[in-house]
Amino acid sequence: MPERAAIELKNITKTFGSVVANKNISLTANRGEILSILGENGSGKTTLMNMISGIYFPDEGQIFIDGEEAVIASPKDAFDYKIGMIHQHFKLVNVFSAAENIVLGLEEKGRYDIKAACARISEICGQYGFDLDPRKKVYTMSVSEKQTVEIIKVLYRGADILILDEPTAVLTPQESQKLFAVLRRMRDDGKAIIIITHKLHEVLSLSDRVSVLRKGAYVGTVKTAETSEAELTEMMVGKKVSLNINRSTPENPKPRLEVHHVNCTNREGALVLDDVSFTACSGEILGIAGIAGSGQRELLEVIAGLQKSDSGAVLYHNPKTGNVENLQNKTPLQIRELGVRLSFVPEDRLGMGLVGNMDIIDNMMLRSYRKGHSVFLERKAPKDLAEKIIADLEVVTPGATTPVRRLSGGNVQKVLVGREIAASPTVLMAAYPVRGLDINSSYTIYRLLNEQKERGVAVIFVGEDLDVLLELCDRILVIGSGKITGIVDGRTATKEQVGLLMTKSEGGEPNE
Amino acid sequence: MNKSAVKKQHREPLFHIAKRDDLVWWKAWLIRLAAILLAMLLVGVISVILTKGNFFETYQIMFIGAFGRLGSSTRLLWKFFQKTAILLCLALAVTPAFKMRFWNCGAEGQALIGGLAAAFVMMKLGDQLPYPVLILIIVVASILAGAVWGTIPALFKAAYKTNETLFTLMMNYIAMQLVSYYAYVNAIPAGSGQIQSISTGHLPVIGNQPYLLNILVVAVITAFMLIYLKYSKHGYEISVVGESQNTARYIGINVKKVIIRTMMISGAICGVAGCLLVAGTDHSINANTVGGQGFTAIMVSWLGQFHPLIMVIMSALIVFLNSGAAKVADSYFLNSSYADIVVGIVILFVVGCEFFIRYTVKYRHLQRGKSA
Repeated sequence: MPERAAIELKNITKTFGSVVANKNISLTANRGEILSILGENGSGKTTLMNMISGIYFPDEGQIFIDGEEAVIASPKDAFDYKIGMIHQHFKLVNVFSAAENIVLGLEEKGRYDIKAACARISEICGQYGFDLDPRKKVYTMSVSEKQTVEIIKVLYRGADILILDEPTAVLTPQESQKLFAVLRRMRDDGKAIIIITHKLHEVLSLSDRVSVLRKGAYVGTVKTAETSEAELTEMMVGKKVSLNINRSTPENPKPRLEVHHVNCTNREGALVLDDVSFTACSGEILGIAGIAGSGQRELLEVIAGLQKSDSGAVLYHNPKTGNVENLQNKTPLQIRELGVRLSFVPEDRLGMGLVGNMDIIDNMMLRSYRKGHSVFLERKAPKDLAEKIIADLEVVTPGATTPVRRLSGGNVQKVLVGREIAASPTVLMAAYPVRGLDINSSYTIYRLLNEQKERGVAVIFVGEDLDVLLELCDRILVIGSGKITGIVDGRTATKEQVGLLMTKSEGGEPNE
Repeated sequence: MNKSAVKKQHREPLFHIAKRDDLVWWKAWLIRLAAILLAMLLVGVISVILTKGNFFETYQIMFIGAFGRLGSSTRLLWKFFQKTAILLCLALAVTPAFKMRFWNCGAEGQALIGGLAAAFVMMKLGDQLPYPVLILIIVVASILAGAVWGTIPALFKAAYKTNETLFTLMMNYIAMQLVSYYAYVNAIPAGSGQIQSISTGHLPVIGNQPYLLNILVVAVITAFMLIYLKYSKHGYEISVVGESQNTARYIGINVKKVIIRTMMISGAICGVAGCLLVAGTDHSINANTVGGQGFTAIMVSWLGQFHPLIMVIMSALIVFLNSGAAKVADSYFLNSSYADIVVGIVILFVVGCEFFIRYTVKYRHLQRGKSA
């Protein structure tokens, strides 16, 4: 029996510069069902949904709504087609009430009538089982209430195709259950619901069908009832790809960096690192795997002295003196003054690792400008270093005086990694060092990390591609919701094993 | 379905605007020069409409108003350099803060407080100390007062993340009120309500030219600022903090320290400007001593793209327009708004032309959306 397709995508392709975000994707969502779009970070889920909701326009391909071809060039067009998207990051005016936010931007004829709006909002709440006071100001709301406002906002506009981008990322398990109940009610009401997620247990408990994306390409669609966690994991992470990295056995590994029971809360008061302990040894690459936002960034920033931790210790074994120093809650400068040669390639290359508007020479100077007692800068050594890195790493640039923001992503990363390695570190941390890079640049980075390991550096590598982690790393630490869910041997572990550890999170198991 | 039939076809736009990074420097300067010439042309046209006078005569009067008549005394020319110097000094003062993305709008007040400190020392210690010591104390007091006035908002910014724009603006009014109060209480002659002239503690006059010292001092500050921003470690830290506080923290720069130190320098140079005005040329003080140049300086700094040498040109341009237009207004019995119009037009063009330097407009052929 053919089901009623509410929305059908045909051969959708979208590229950003040289990066292909979506490649020939075709899928359908039916009325009266919940469709999950499953995929790792960077697999193109959000890009695809943004095209349906009018934020991007596809380079190629067509979108059909109720069988008719649709041109969705703006979010307003999307609303005309009764498509509503609930973004991961809420787009609400804090000082307005719920009702004011909901009617904002509506071009209704007649007088502005907030009372009538409140009445309609209450009606919608009653219909689907939401719990919301329309007069409450957004800034006094909890995250889950804000999300409710976003959902009602699209329902108020009459949406019958709803897209939710990782709706549970910000919710507690109880709130997630409430949301799921509401979503099921909407499904039974005949709406088409698409949720973007990478949490397997949610997919299994909530959706009717699952479409899987991997690296921008469409992998397939399965019925939830006929699949298993293992099958979905394999679809999501793919078959093993060989990188041919020459992984040598660590020579004489000694503890270099010990992290003991570190706890860390973020500005919102949420626990982002929960009793994290591990040891990074010299001459090995320690991989860190996990779904984005599981605490990887905070962990590296705590070690680098950029973020304060609440408790625990970060012990550094100085290979020259044999001293053990505690780096916990020291500033980056204090850490350097202790003689710790810690290099850090942060995730945000142009926002943290480099200064986009400065040229390559001045960016080289970031690490070394303090040297010497002169009040003036010494640009000779940084210039030589810049030229050496350009030559050694084959950085494509008009010259050493080109602002780094004008370089392509791969070349920016070569400049950053080159500088960090030039500081001859004893500990090298790299967060997503190949994100957005083409194959060749990625291989250059892997080769550099491997060389550092062979020189006896303790390398900590946060990655998202499991194939790479399994081929490059000696040990892999898996982190989930700020907790270490396992440490596996990079030589013997399988992708499925790591994938399952990544999605394992305590307390999040839904009870049907 | 008729719903989609009724729908308007969404079309691609006719042209779009793209960033460009590759414009060679001399082309950029040609665009800027063309913008100024176009603006002056428009100024001429508007002047003819307003005054019904001769097109070329307007320019002639402008030049006479700014530089004086050829062959006559050089008084106006010196005055032109003096005004340019003070404006430039204040612009140089705010520039390090601006490079750090700290919007110091308090140059007016910082200069005024510096001037107040100078006036205070001149009046209290003027006849008690030998001249060189007195001058030294005047200079140090002004610099300190300006630095303190500049550091207060920086301390609050560093500690509580207060908004520096509002804070520095408000500090201006406090400074003005303090000066008014001081002048009223210590009036010379007593009871007149204002300080007419302070007889002691005048800065030395070089070569019989009352303005030469100010001009020389500002020239030194210009050179200092050029070197400080480009070649010193402090200047480098300022750039990094301004571009990205995250990067600054990442490489271990103490962001708070840099903010406070930079504002101290910013305020100190404003203090120098106040000292030059009060002890150097005016020998008196009132709330209008700085005369709004602390605000004009913000514009000069931006127009000069935070580069001290371009700022020299920009402050000269603004002083020229102001005094030239005032003369035109005077000659044709227009009110003072005329000068504002002239300056406004030129600045609009100078700022507007940056759009054509940074962006390029690309036309594209109309493409029909594929229809089913």
